[in-house]
Amino acid sequence: MSTTSKIPLKDGVEGFVSDWSSDQRAFKGVPWGKAMMWIFLLSDTFIFSIFLISYMTARWSTVEPWPNTSEVFSLTVNGVSVPLLLIAIMTFILITSSGTMAMAVRSGYQKKRKQAGALLLLTAILGMSFVGMQMFEWSKLISEGIRPWENPFGARQFGSVFFMVTGFHGVHVSVGVLFLFLTSRKVFRGDYDTGRRGFFTWQKGRYEIIETLGLYWHFVDLVWVFIFAFFYLW
Amino acid sequence: MSESIIPESELEEVELYHAKSWWTEKVFTQDAKLIAIQYGLTAFAIGFVALVLSWFMRIQIAFPELSIISEGTYYQFITMHGMIMVVYLLTALFLGAFGNYMIPLMVGARDMVFPYLNMVSYWTYLVAVLVLFVSFFTPGGPTGAGWTLYPPQAILGGTPGQESGIILMLVSLCIFIVGFTMGGLNYVITILQARTRGMTLMRMPLTVWGIFTATVLALFAFPALFVSAVMMLFDKILLTSFFMPALVEFGENLTYGGGSPILFQHLFWFFGHPEVYIVALPAFGIVSDLISIHARKNIFGFRMMVWAIVGIGALSFIVWAHHMYVSGMNPYFGFFFATTTLIIAVPTALKVYNWILTLWKGNINLTIPMLFCLGFIVTFLNGGLTGLFLGNVIVDVPLSDTYFVVAHFHMVMGIAPVLVILGAIYHWFPLITGKMLHEGMGRFHFWVTFVGSYLIYFPMHYLGFIGVPRRYYEMGQTEALYTSSAADLNVFITLAALAVGFAQLVFIFNVFWSAKRGIIAEKNPWNATSLEWQTPEQPPIHGNFGKELPVVYRWAYDYSVPGAEDDYIPQDVPNEDVKLADGYSELGVEKT
Ligand code: HEM
Ligand SMILES: [Cu+2]
Repeated sequence: MSTTSKIPLKDGVEGFVSDWSSDQRAFKGVPWGKAMMWIFLLSDTFIFSIFLISYMTARWSTVEPWPNTSEVFSLTVNGVSVPLLLIAIMTFILITSSGTMAMAVRSGYQKKRKQAGALLLLTAILGMSFVGMQMFEWSKLISEGIRPWENPFGARQFGSVFFMVTGFHGVHVSVGVLFLFLTSRKVFRGDYDTGRRGFFTWQKGRYEIIETLGLYWHFVDLVWVFIFAFFYLW
Repeated sequence: MSESIIPESELEEVELYHAKSWWTEKVFTQDAKLIAIQYGLTAFAIGFVALVLSWFMRIQIAFPELSIISEGTYYQFITMHGMIMVVYLLTALFLGAFGNYMIPLMVGARDMVFPYLNMVSYWTYLVAVLVLFVSFFTPGGPTGAGWTLYPPQAILGGTPGQESGIILMLVSLCIFIVGFTMGGLNYVITILQARTRGMTLMRMPLTVWGIFTATVLALFAFPALFVSAVMMLFDKILLTSFFMPALVEFGENLTYGGGSPILFQHLFWFFGHPEVYIVALPAFGIVSDLISIHARKNIFGFRMMVWAIVGIGALSFIVWAHHMYVSGMNPYFGFFFATTTLIIAVPTALKVYNWILTLWKGNINLTIPMLFCLGFIVTFLNGGLTGLFLGNVIVDVPLSDTYFVVAHFHMVMGIAPVLVILGAIYHWFPLITGKMLHEGMGRFHFWVTFVGSYLIYFPMHYLGFIGVPRRYYEMGQTEALYTSSAADLNVFITLAALAVGFAQLVFIFNVFWSAKRGIIAEKNPWNATSLEWQTPEQPPIHGNFGKELPVVYRWAYDYSVPGAEDDYIPQDVPNEDVKLADGYSELGVEKT
């Protein structure tokens, strides 16, 4: 029986289907971890979309007026109230961290161990400062009397939805930060060069893991853009 | 359906995890087959609780004068019964148990791609089950909100279990979803990225196709349940008002206001309808394989079957509001959703035709798995036809919330998938344990279960027509509203239900008895072609296949191929190695 790696492919849709369904792998050259992350993110997209849809419904169904977001989310600097100042900084930081993440992936594939580790660490620190500023914003809103169950500036759903959705996103960022720290430690230690086994999974890690983590990080970043648009600009 | 060009291996062999102690080998195991058994036993254990609850409910309906349970307890029991059956039994069994056992074996992999995650998935599921179970013993007991958990009543006073039961239910669901997601990612990636050489997607057995599509549905549908559970928890604990409008309770204004209860219904059914197919699609897949094997014929219209599974999966996301015709939503929605509901019936009906055409002129062996498959086809057809009634707005409105609905969903998603699960257990028990299940007990089990379930649910259609409402713990004495014929029927139904329950006890005994004392199964006792039967050992050991992974040359349905001596050709046998029957020079070519 003949074994060959080249099979002639039909044209058009038929070729597309038979290529996609060909043996062993549907996505050629995609490692398992990366494929898993993509599917997980699709599922997570549903979670965030449903959160946002519920937010819109809450905004329509409530009978009290929605608070004016450019007032609620403003910071007073030198006696001048600047709308959206904090959020602008937070968004900037998060997007910057996506950049450093992308650079970390590249250095990882180039096997520049120290550089990759440092960039991961930098990404983690940027992420942490994002969470820190979010905590600051939360405490500011709480000190002004906004709670999940009440809101002196208008509809109570504002507080509920805001804390729930930004909280859920914040948890995502924090989990990402945790894994960034862990991965950067592993990179610095050279685990992916020496093939040291994971503490829990007992599997050998590879530099591809940085890219998988990067996918997650960019996703969390992208979700923030939507939250930013829907909560702060609408 | 055999191809001689087999590409070279593009996947390197992954090192298997080797357990170091008894604990990591047997308890915290990372072997998908053992995880499957753990999933299966846990699901059956909690499912048995749900079965026992149904006995209490049936006795209460038939003999209200005995008052064996109070009205509050009745609500708690239907809620727990429904939720356990749908989520904790059927979903866990099809995906967690059958998925874990069958996927790696059937696609020719040594294990799932992330064995560690797979292990955590099971333990998370176990925690979810325990949290749910604990609610029976908390103050106030489990929630009595109905398995649909509709707010506002689900979290208000007056509903049993509103003290802590509802909280535990919602928390348990969230934990279940987290656990399922870990397992589900494993199933999807194993199927997409870790098949053996020659195993194209179109050569996978339909069992794998069914489980695969169902897992994808679950990964996209469970988020809706997750989010609504989180929001309802907040409504309950933090007094937010996502789902709660302004309400007056006992003359007092509650602090809620401005929320939308209909939003919950939309979210719940955006999960709930795909959920029906999450338990139906694996059943479709398994039943196709069993019919083909036990009728010694290839499945009719394999490609059509695959596309039907995928098509049903996709359509199942745009039919959810057919559960909400009486919710007060915009009537135009009803028109749209009735249309999509009727469209989804087309691929479903197509599958039924194909099963029947597979049986047509087949060499039908009335083995126990085959009996269960035939039972499934009849039951599913019955449930599907009543579904057409309920899918149409004007017919549904008077039938909504009557026993017609109870009959419909038990037929289509209760009895039908359970029959498949039972048939599948009879079919794969020799593979899993190396022993055969006892034949006599098995036949007794089948006939009592199948005939008994018909006797339970068929009369319920009539009860529904005369307007007997669902979720009532007692029907009252007014002859005009609750005729004596209905009362007598209810007694009859209860007796049938108890008989069916007894048959399940026989089955459980059979499983444990046969696992110990049963006759040793011969290798591949049903002469099946798919890879799980071609392992060097039966039952397969850690790593599934021997030194070399099998290479696949054909689809899984080469039964009764003209020219072959045996009436089946395993998937890993190339054409050259097939023993030819007398008088043939080649497969399908007679000597001249
Ligand atoms: C022979 C076994 C079974 C019996 C005797 C049985 C009996 C019952 C009874 C008496 C009710 C309450 C009806 C009412 O008062 O409205 C009920 C509800 C229900 N059952 Fe079953 N059942 C069985 C199996 C199953 C299975 C396998 C499923 C899996 C899908 C299932 C799913 C449900 C659901 C979803 C409800 C609705 C609960 C609610 O209204 O909230 N049942 N069943
Ligand atoms: Cu539905």
